[in-house]
Amino acid sequence: MSEEFIKFENVSFRYENAEDEPELPLALKNINITVNKGELVAVLGHNGSGKSTLAKLTNAILVPESGKVTVLGMDTADEELKYEIRRKVGMVFQNPDNQIVATIVEDDVAFGPENLGVEPSEIRKRVDSALKAVEMYEKRLAEPHNLSGGQKQRVAIAGILAMETDGIVFDEPTAMLDPRGRQAVMDTILKINKEQGKTVMFITHFMDEAVLADRVIVVNNGEIMTDGTPEEVFSDIQKLKDVGLDVPQARELQFRLSENGISFENNVLLEDDCVEAIKKLF
Amino acid sequence: MIKDITIGQYYKAESVLHKCDPRTKLLLTIAFVVVIFLCKNFYSLALMAALTVIAMLISKVPVKMFLKSMKPILPLILLTAVLNIFYNTGGEILLSFWKITIRDKAVFTAIFIAIRIFCLIIVSSLLTYTTTPTMLTDGIEKLLKPLDFILKPTSFRVHTLAMMMTLALRFIPTLIEEIDKIMNAQKARGADLESGSIMQRAKALIPIIIPLFVSSFRRAYELAFAMDCRCYTGGDGRTRMKQMRFTYRDLLVFFVFALIFAGIIVLNIKFLPVI
Repeated sequence: MSEEFIKFENVSFRYENAEDEPELPLALKNINITVNKGELVAVLGHNGSGKSTLAKLTNAILVPESGKVTVLGMDTADEELKYEIRRKVGMVFQNPDNQIVATIVEDDVAFGPENLGVEPSEIRKRVDSALKAVEMYEKRLAEPHNLSGGQKQRVAIAGILAMETDGIVFDEPTAMLDPRGRQAVMDTILKINKEQGKTVMFITHFMDEAVLADRVIVVNNGEIMTDGTPEEVFSDIQKLKDVGLDVPQARELQFRLSENGISFENNVLLEDDCVEAIKKLF
Repeated sequence: MIKDITIGQYYKAESVLHKCDPRTKLLLTIAFVVVIFLCKNFYSLALMAALTVIAMLISKVPVKMFLKSMKPILPLILLTAVLNIFYNTGGEILLSFWKITIRDKAVFTAIFIAIRIFCLIIVSSLLTYTTTPTMLTDGIEKLLKPLDFILKPTSFRVHTLAMMMTLALRFIPTLIEEIDKIMNAQKARGADLESGSIMQRAKALIPIIIPLFVSSFRRAYELAFAMDCRCYTGGDGRTRMKQMRFTYRDLLVFFVFALIFAGIIVLNIKFLPVI
C-alpha cells in the first residue's frame, strides 16, 4: 500500500455566518478521503457543491468544524504546523492575476523559495528548472501583464514547483482560460504528476479534464457522491446527469448510440478511443 | 494601448549605469540634488551640467526619451524663469523701460533655475530609466533597513513598505486593464462618460470607481491567500535570489562623483557667487 499524503477523516465544514444572519448550512458533510502519494486526483462538482472548500481544507487555509484533515500525519488545525504543511502542499488558484506578486516572471517564481529562506544560488537553480518544466523559461524576464492567461497560470505553477512541495492542489486552474491556455495548463499538470511524481489534486468542472486523472471524486451538495477511476465514475451516466453534471463528450456519444441500439465493446472516455471504437463498428 | 505601458519607464540597455548597484544610484541621485543647489557661480553650474550630460550619454538611453520627459515641465520652467526676471530686486540695473526694470542678478537667477531643473529632471529620469522597479524597491529596502531598529516595538518593517511598493507596481497594469473593462461595460449600458460639464463627468465616474474598488478588495483578499500559501510571513527569515553587491564599478562611480563634488566646492570658493 502506498503512503498516505492527505487524509480527511469525518470532515465537516461550515462557513461563518454574518452576525445578524442565520447559521449557514454545512458546506461539507462527513467527508472521508485519502489521497496517496503520487496520485492524480480530480475533484468534480458543479458550482456550490463544496469542491473549492475541499481544496482549501487541504493546506490549512480553512480548518474543519469537526473531523480532522492531516497532511503526512500533520493536523491542519494545529496553527504551529501551518507553514510546515504549506511546504508540503502548494496551491494554485483560479485567477492567475491574483497570485503573481512580482513585476518580473523569474522574481515571482523566486518568491516562494525566498520565503522559505533557501540559499540564493539554490533559488536560481530551482527557478530555472521550474520555468523549464512549465515551458516558460524563454519568458523569464517578461512582465506578467504582457503574458496570456495560460502563460500566467503556468508561471503561477512554476512558483509552486520552485518551492519543491510534495503535492500541489489546483483550485479550478483552467476556469478563466481560453481553450488553448487550458490545454497547456492541463498538459503541465499531467507532466508534473507523471514526470516529477508529485501528488496532484485538481478541482474542475470540465469533464474532459477529469477524465485525464487516475481517480475522480464527485462532490455534490457537500457530500462525496462517487470516488473511483474515471471508468467507474463515468459508467453510470444517469447518476451524474441527475445531479446536473455533464459527462465527457465521448461517453455521451456512446450513451446516445447505445440508446439507439449501437453498442461499443468497452466504455470510452477519450476522444481518440471513441474514434477507434466507432471504426471497429464498421 | 494598455499592453504597451512599461512600469517605472525602465529602458533596457547595456551600460555602466544599468549595471550599477541600485543603492549607489539612489544615494548619488540624492547627493546630486543637494550638490546642484550648492552651485553658486557659473563655473560650478557648468561642471554639474557637464556631469549630467555625460551621465546621460553613457547611459545609452536615447536623448529623445529625456526630451520627452522634459516636455511637460518646460512651461513651468519658463514661467518661473520669467517671473524671477521681473520680481528679483538685487544687483545692477541692466535694462529699464516703462515700469519694468531688469537687473543682472534676476537674469542670472532665471538661468540658474532653468539649468538646475533641467539637470534634476535628467538625473531623476536616469535613475528610473536605468533601474528596474524591482531593483529600485530592493535598493530602497536595503538603504532604509537601519530604520527597523527604530520600528522594533511596532510590527511594521521596512520590508513591509518595500513589499507594498512592489505589489502596487505589479497591480498598476492589471488595474488599468480592469478600468478599461469596466468603462466598456458601463458604456455598453449607456453610460455617458465624455460629455457634459466637469461636475457631470466627475459624477459619471462613480459607476466606474465603485466596481473597481470592490474588485480590488477581492483581488487583495485572493492575493493574500496566495501569498500565505507560498509561506510568506514577512521579511524575517527571507532570502533573496538576486543579491545586490557593491563592485569596483560602484566604487569607481562614487570616486568620480566625490571628485566632482570636491571640484564644485573649489570652484565655489575660487570664484565669486553670482546669485
